[in-house]
Amino acid sequence: MTTVAPLHGAGVPATGKPVLEVRDLRVHYDTDVGQVPAVDGASFSLQSGERLALVGESGSGKTTLAMALLRLTRPPGRIVSGEVLLNGQDLLKLDDKEMRGVRLSGIALVQQGAMNSMNPVVRVREQLLDGLYDHGIKLTKVEARERVAQLLTGVGLTPEVADMFPHELSGGMKQRVCIATATSLGPKVIVADEPTSALDVVVQRQVMVTLGRLQAGLHAAVVLVGHDMGLVAQFADTIGVMYAGKLVEVAPVAQIFGRPLHPYTKLLIESLPTLDHKQEKFVGIPGLPPALLDLPPGCVFHPRCPSVMEHCRGLAPGLREEQSRRWVACHLFPGEQVRNA
Amino acid sequence: MSDQIELRGVTKVFGGGLFERDRNVALEGVSLTVATDRPAITAVAGESGSGKTTLARLLLGVIEPTSGQVLYNGKDLRKMSRDERRQFRREVQPIFQDPFEVYNPFYKIDHIFSVPVAKYQMASSKAEARKLVHGALEMVGLRPQETLGRYPHQLSGGQRQRAMVARALLLKPRVILADEPVSMVDASLRATILESVRRLNRELGISVVYITHDLTTAYQISDNIIVLYKGRIAEAGAVEHVIRDPRHPYTQLLVQSIPQPKPDKRWSAYELEAGTAGRAGSTGCKFADRCPSAMQSCWDTVPPLYQREPHRVASCFMYRDVPIMDGNDVATVFRQPARRGPDAAAAAPVSERA
Repeated sequence: MTTVAPLHGAGVPATGKPVLEVRDLRVHYDTDVGQVPAVDGASFSLQSGERLALVGESGSGKTTLAMALLRLTRPPGRIVSGEVLLNGQDLLKLDDKEMRGVRLSGIALVQQGAMNSMNPVVRVREQLLDGLYDHGIKLTKVEARERVAQLLTGVGLTPEVADMFPHELSGGMKQRVCIATATSLGPKVIVADEPTSALDVVVQRQVMVTLGRLQAGLHAAVVLVGHDMGLVAQFADTIGVMYAGKLVEVAPVAQIFGRPLHPYTKLLIESLPTLDHKQEKFVGIPGLPPALLDLPPGCVFHPRCPSVMEHCRGLAPGLREEQSRRWVACHLFPGEQVRNA
Repeated sequence: MSDQIELRGVTKVFGGGLFERDRNVALEGVSLTVATDRPAITAVAGESGSGKTTLARLLLGVIEPTSGQVLYNGKDLRKMSRDERRQFRREVQPIFQDPFEVYNPFYKIDHIFSVPVAKYQMASSKAEARKLVHGALEMVGLRPQETLGRYPHQLSGGQRQRAMVARALLLKPRVILADEPVSMVDASLRATILESVRRLNRELGISVVYITHDLTTAYQISDNIIVLYKGRIAEAGAVEHVIRDPRHPYTQLLVQSIPQPKPDKRWSAYELEAGTAGRAGSTGCKFADRCPSAMQSCWDTVPPLYQREPHRVASCFMYRDVPIMDGNDVATVFRQPARRGPDAAAAAPVSERA
């Protein structure tokens, strides 16, 4: 069965009310040696059907940010301040019971390493129905069977998979079951945290195409967390680049790869190996990401930045709208309009 | 005997003992020669379950083949004397995937350097040992004063991985086996580590076997490549041929599925069929169940290696009109790189150094 799937996002309408709006979100980890600002004032917004990818190195805070959107931050992590508005409703102000109702139906998660996010002693059918029952959906036996079959065929699996245990499934099949679970209540936002990090390239492509098809069908927004620049280039409409807990650039995918503004983004793109021609030399980004406990003053990237200026060392740049739909946090672009001010 | 490490018709079966029902053929009749007198970078690529790590472990002598031989400079690893084995262990060095697991957290980083220096009596004094270690660290772009004297957890993943490269380098090996050396490090460090692996080959004349699932980095750093599928060679040859213009349907599928960091070159919009794998019998081509061009003969017979061009072979019946490669060694189609190593300029054989 070969179907033509809309691989690209539905495109982003220039106007319209965002489905998800994040304002100045801060998540800290409380440790014995002090507070670690894992997410330090992140702001962005998403339209229905838009695919945003958060990229960054390990420790940049991308997963912490994604988990905070679902309020799944666990101690020692703590959401310190900010707003997460889903259709205008601030999720951070809900009580736990209300938040439980919003998860899956409003904002759903596809986890990293599907193998570990399923219960090994429960059949796929029960795992799929669990979320539905928890949201108060009453189904007869026949209806439940039909619903499960429908969910499984929706992700390209046969209905027989329902009777299997997780260990009987391959990695790609497990991830498909997780996608079926995440989309079972038609969420407005799907958070996918490195959904294919343990899969082979062929399976990865299949899983991402399936995720894209379902998301486009639901007209849901996606927040994809990834470190593979190739994968996000294939999938996303918009890229948010994170560095040391901060969003340093947010822009449409073509511009991030074609004409990156932030020096970190630029170096990151340049360090990627390509299939076009053999490179004479591989150039990484000199230096190391800073320890979050001991951030440099001013711009967090200044010790590694090739274009560092004097005031970068003292003054941290905010995320500014440099061009339409392009935000960058860098003193090289001293645009006046401060986003979400 | 020429200087090389060689797999000769190697098959490795796991399990299948008296009381075990599952027999897992990890590698089936693979022959491969890696010359050490003409240092090149050879990539071994494949997905999980392709047998690439088994191949690496066989080459390292960590596991023994079920049938076939692993030879170093013409000598079977199993028949080596103590001294020969000791020399083999020094001259063939591994770099592993996970820069976290290879360290003992109770020892400082210095430990991984001081043990081999002592064991192989590489230095006659402490000062000399220090000089050796510092030299190796600097070669991979680490500052000795920031690395030595620390515990593994005090270093970043990239630093730890580069320290492993430095350790391999310290022993002046002839061959380095790098098993997914960059799959667990971030993009910005990946380039740095790949660059140091390439320098080992170019400047020091060390042969490298680069084992990976990532065809992009394989294309970038290697001269030749073999693509494994379920324990057999699907396609092999010069990397420009195999990756830029793949012939085997499996290699084609792999190359098409690479997520390229180019928004204007997206995957084709066709959704591939999900999970039909698993029907391949043991008699025919292992890829037959996933292959869009499978014919009846694919289910019945294992395709031999067909040689369409001088520098490439593909194990696929689509090319049954071209000659079958003589002999069993895919390395005969490999492209010889220009001479490399410290004395490449003098055109002296690298084997005569030291």
